[in-house]
Amino acid sequence: MTAEPTLIRARPAASVLATNKLIRNTYVLLSLTLLFSALTASAAVAVRVSPGAGLLCFVGALLMLWFVLPRFANSFHGLWMTFVITGLLGFGLGPSLMYYLAAPNGPQVVATALGGTGIIFLALSGYALTTRKDFSFMGGFLICGLLVVLGAMLINLFVAIPALSLAIAAIGMLIFSGLILYNTSQMVHGGETNYIFATISLYISILNIFQFLLMFLGMSSDE
Amino acid sequence: MDWLTIGSAILVAFMLVMLLPHARRMLKEGREGTFSDWVGVLIPLGAVVLFVIFLMALV
Repeated sequence: MTAEPTLIRARPAASVLATNKLIRNTYVLLSLTLLFSALTASAAVAVRVSPGAGLLCFVGALLMLWFVLPRFANSFHGLWMTFVITGLLGFGLGPSLMYYLAAPNGPQVVATALGGTGIIFLALSGYALTTRKDFSFMGGFLICGLLVVLGAMLINLFVAIPALSLAIAAIGMLIFSGLILYNTSQMVHGGETNYIFATISLYISILNIFQFLLMFLGMSSDE
Repeated sequence: MDWLTIGSAILVAFMLVMLLPHARRMLKEGREGTFSDWVGVLIPLGAVVLFVIFLMALV
């Protein structure tokens, strides 16, 4: 008779503790991986890495992300793999950063994009954490949006229409902003229980928002 | 057409192929959002749009 109420009360408490631990671990790892990828991106700019090498870094990171990380995400090896993946993605940003830094007010554009991305991430993640709303209903919509963006990117690689680039950046910004809400909500509501996957998901959204914002600010600055 | 464009196209096509099964699964298993659910999304996304416009005016 007495065990049941104790059990009923203990379950949510354990669940809340596990969620808090997941959120704390995710944000600590996310901060460290962002710092590390900032270092690798700076190194790529310093050594003036070629666009081809940048592309190879992205390919290497994606192959590790899809085929290697899922096997080790529940072990210690998953941690250093996360640093390798984010380091490669940061290094792959080098050619793009060099392109914008070469513009007359390039450093201002890059710094604004960096600060803007930070504010967008903190605001969206903070919104999902404080309101504790369940954004799981957005999953299908967001992934379909992502497929549309990727399809448009594929077409634009061959036709290179500036207006289409702008549309891709605008939709991409909204999709990845939505993904920050979705991924944060998944952590809060138990949809994601592995902090390595949670970190990588948030990192990729941040990286893409930074790139799209850089594109927007670069275009705006050119005008 | 240079090899960088072809390489990028292969990478994007590969991402599309990898994401398709996830998209199918999420569409099948996902729950439908109510009107108030979508309002709760549109407010922060609208704020992001306004913030980006502000940043564009800044640089």
